[in-house]
Order: sequence, then C-alpha cells, then structure tokens
Amino acid sequence: MAVQVLIPTPLQKFTNDEASVNLEATTVDELLQAMEGRFPGILSRLCDESGKLRRFLNVYVNSEDIRFLDHQATALADGDEVSIVPAVAGG
Amino acid sequence: MTATLSRSTFIGLRCKECGHPYEAGARHVCEDVCFGPLEVVYDYDAIRNRVSRSTIEAGPASIWRYREFLPIEGDPIDVGTGFTPLLRANRLARRLGLKNLYIKNDGVNMPTLSFKDRVVSVALTRARELGFTTVSCASTGNLANSTAAIAAHAGLECCVFIPSDLELGKVLGTLIYNPTLMAVKGNYDQVNRLCSEVANTYGWGFVNINLRPYYSEGSKTLGYEVIEQLGWRLPDHIVAPLASGSLFTKIRKGFDEFIKVGLVDEKPVRFSGAQAEGCSPIAQAFAEGRDFITPVKPNTIAKSIAIGNPADGPYAIDIAKRTGGTIAAVSDAEIIEGIKLLAETEGVFTETAGGTTIAVLKKLVEQGKIDPSETTVAYITGNGLKTTEAIASSIGEPFLIEAQLSSFNSAWERAQSLHRATWETVG
Repeated sequence: MAVQVLIPTPLQKFTNDEASVNLEATTVDELLQAMEGRFPGILSRLCDESGKLRRFLNVYVNSEDIRFLDHQATALADGDEVSIVPAVAGG
Repeated sequence: MTATLSRSTFIGLRCKECGHPYEAGARHVCEDVCFGPLEVVYDYDAIRNRVSRSTIEAGPASIWRYREFLPIEGDPIDVGTGFTPLLRANRLARRLGLKNLYIKNDGVNMPTLSFKDRVVSVALTRARELGFTTVSCASTGNLANSTAAIAAHAGLECCVFIPSDLELGKVLGTLIYNPTLMAVKGNYDQVNRLCSEVANTYGWGFVNINLRPYYSEGSKTLGYEVIEQLGWRLPDHIVAPLASGSLFTKIRKGFDEFIKVGLVDEKPVRFSGAQAEGCSPIAQAFAEGRDFITPVKPNTIAKSIAIGNPADGPYAIDIAKRTGGTIAAVSDAEIIEGIKLLAETEGVFTETAGGTTIAVLKKLVEQGKIDPSETTVAYITGNGLKTTEAIASSIGEPFLIEAQLSSFNSAWERAQSLHRATWETVG
C-alpha cells in the first residue's frame, strides 16, 4: 500500500528537509519500520526502546488519531495520508 | 548556552522529560532525543540578585513587573496585560460554606479579556525577537482574540485558526483586528493538527506550537500575582480550569520559582483542576489512577477548554496527585449554574470555563475536599460576554413595558412574585 507521510519539522533533518514522503506499508507499525529503512535513525526518535510510539507524539491516519483506531496496528490503505504531529499547547 | 542572551535571565531551553539542552530558538520538542516538550531554563542566582519584593512592587502594573522571570531579551510588548483583580469573594464563600475564598479575575485582562493575553504578550515579544513577521495560532477562541489583537498592536502579520463552530463573540472578537481567520471544519484537536502541518512548511511563529516554550511561561504570572496580591504569601488551595493542562502546571511553576528565589515562604498548596464532563480526558485519567491520557472527542458548551488531546495532561495529573488536590468534571447544566452563581454573588460575569471552575469548586466543597478555613483561590480565565449563547436561554428575560407608571407598577409586582417563587424553590 502506498501511503503519504507528513513529516514534522523536527524530523525533517532525517528526510533531507522533505515535509512529505511516500512509503509502502499495510499498518502503522510496518510504516514505522519502512521509515527506519529509508531514513536510518528516525525510529528511535519516534518510538521508545519497547517499540511503542513516544507519548508526546500523535499519529493520524486520514486525520483520525490512531488512538481512536487500532493504535500502531491500524491498517493502511492505498492513498492514505499519515500525519506525525508532536504534542502542542493550546487554548 | 548562547552569548546573545546577556541582558536576559534566561539561558536556553531544556527537555522537560530527558533534560537535553537546546538553544533558545523557535522550537518546542526534544527533536534530538525523546520528543518531550521543551521548557525555558533560567539563571535563578541572577534573578535572586536582581529581584526583591520592592523592585517588583515598583514595576509596571502588568505582567512585565515580573520580566526577570519571563523569557525575553529586549523590550516587551506591553499592552497592560496582567495584574488583574484578586477579589475577596465573601458572598460566594458564604453561599458555598467557605471562609477565605478569592477570585482571580482574568475575565478583565487586557487587551482581550482572558488569561491568554498573558501568554500571547510573552510569545509575540519573543516572536519579534526571533525575527518572525507573521504570527499564528490554533485556538478555541480566546487565544485567537489575543493573538490577533496583540499582533495588531505590534504591527505583525497574523493568520489564526479556529474550529468553525465557535461562539459568535469569539469570532467577531478576532475578526475586528483584521487578521486572516481560518475557520476549520473540525474540532480543536483537528485544528491543532492542521496547524502543526502548516508550521512545517510556512515560516510563521505559531504561539502555541514552535513558540510554545515562551508562550506557556506567560501563565506563570497568574501564580506570581496571586502571591503578591495575597500579601506575599501562598494560598492553601487553588482551583483552575484544565484544557491542555499548561496553565495549571505554570501556576505551579510560578509558585515554585517565587519560593526558589526567596520571595515567598514555602508551604503546601493543593492544586485542583476543573473540566467539563463533555471533554474530561484529564479528569477521567485522574479518576482511574492512570498517568496517561486517552484522547476524547469533545462535546460540551465549554468550548474554550474543549481539548480532547491535552498535551500537558500527564503533568497536570502529577501536580494534582503530588499536592493532595483533585481533578473533577461537571455537566454543562452545572457549568451554567456556576456562571450564574458567580455573577449573582460577586458581580463577575465569566465564560463557560469560569463556570466550570466555579461548579467544580462547589462540588469539591460539597464533597468535603476543601477545608472551609483554607485560603482558596479560584482562577477565572475568561469573560462571559464572549459566550452569551451558552447562557442565553437560562437567565430569564427583561420585562417589556410601556413608558407609563401603571405598566411599570404591574410589571414590578410580577417581578416581586417571581423573586419570591425563586426563593421558595431555593429554600
């Protein structure tokens, strides 16, 4: 499945300053591995030692927070847009 | 860390989670290690040498009397923000069964009648120092008002983002300053996600994203002011609304800093947080004893605090636990009653977030979680004139009369009997 991933500014140093990259994956977990394959080192920024996404990172598939879906097992379909967004303050 | 900050008491940024240091630029996450939030680091020895109670008291009647504790280098944008009234709320206290209750009223903050003026004054001062010419934010309303107004004053370009279902007062209260206003079809958390994506590609200063470490420091002044206005002492208990949780943690930081530099004597202060049931991810986690937040989709009239994915939620829970406070949620009906109660007893018309705080205050008293003799401060963070829709159907209506004494006489009689009926129901 070809998906588009939106890369937050702090991670763009891994992606040659690209704000968006295209990768193949069928789940979010697979996508994280595919990102590491293409951009070595990026996985340890996204996930802790146990492979769990860091708690200050939000991941969205087609605008839906994966915590409302299947978390890291969330399935991906062709053309999905995955957005990685560090937590922000608000109000 | 950076030689350019010699005039300032702030040193740089540091990850709140892992402690990794960063220079004081426009960044908000620990990009080299763990993605934790970055926080401003100060030289407290330098602050201690420069600041005393009398130097602060001689300063301007605004947040800038505390400028040594704020992350700026040069001259601030001072639009009179801060130093809002701390009211001794005797009538509300009697109604609730308390003896020492105070209301910190940021509903009359300047220039846009909410506590957001504090954070935006700091963020835009820093934005200008970092060379931004366009500023932006994702907002539930109050932050948009404040960013647009202070940007206008400072001559900065401004583009702000809000959920499209906001109260009219919050929309008009932004548009009047003539920013570019994007009303996004979605809730605040979706607006925030979009803004993070915009921030990735546009070189703008987003007050709550890449300027967040500076922005959030502005809320500390709500801690400093309460200490100073209580006569340089700490309260026993504070109650504040929780949206992202940032304000709550920064009031705590404000108290801690004044203790650290010797401006106030240390003593325990309990921290209690208020949420609306229709968006209470922090209260739910607290009730279930979790230290992580499960995001929710907001559905409440308290739109200004309707953040389903609160970034500082884990820190807010930690503070409530550590200080012996609590985090509670109230229904929309209780929020409206809270707004009315504060208005009728103290003459303060607050918005839904303030109604939430008062309703939670009432609930905590009823549950015996506030000692009647404690010095308790309830933080009122916004103004009721911005959210009139929320109470429009709950406050009765005027008596429409002819310009004749007889018409007045009969209307007055009806009014009196209505009042009696109300009192009989209240008991």
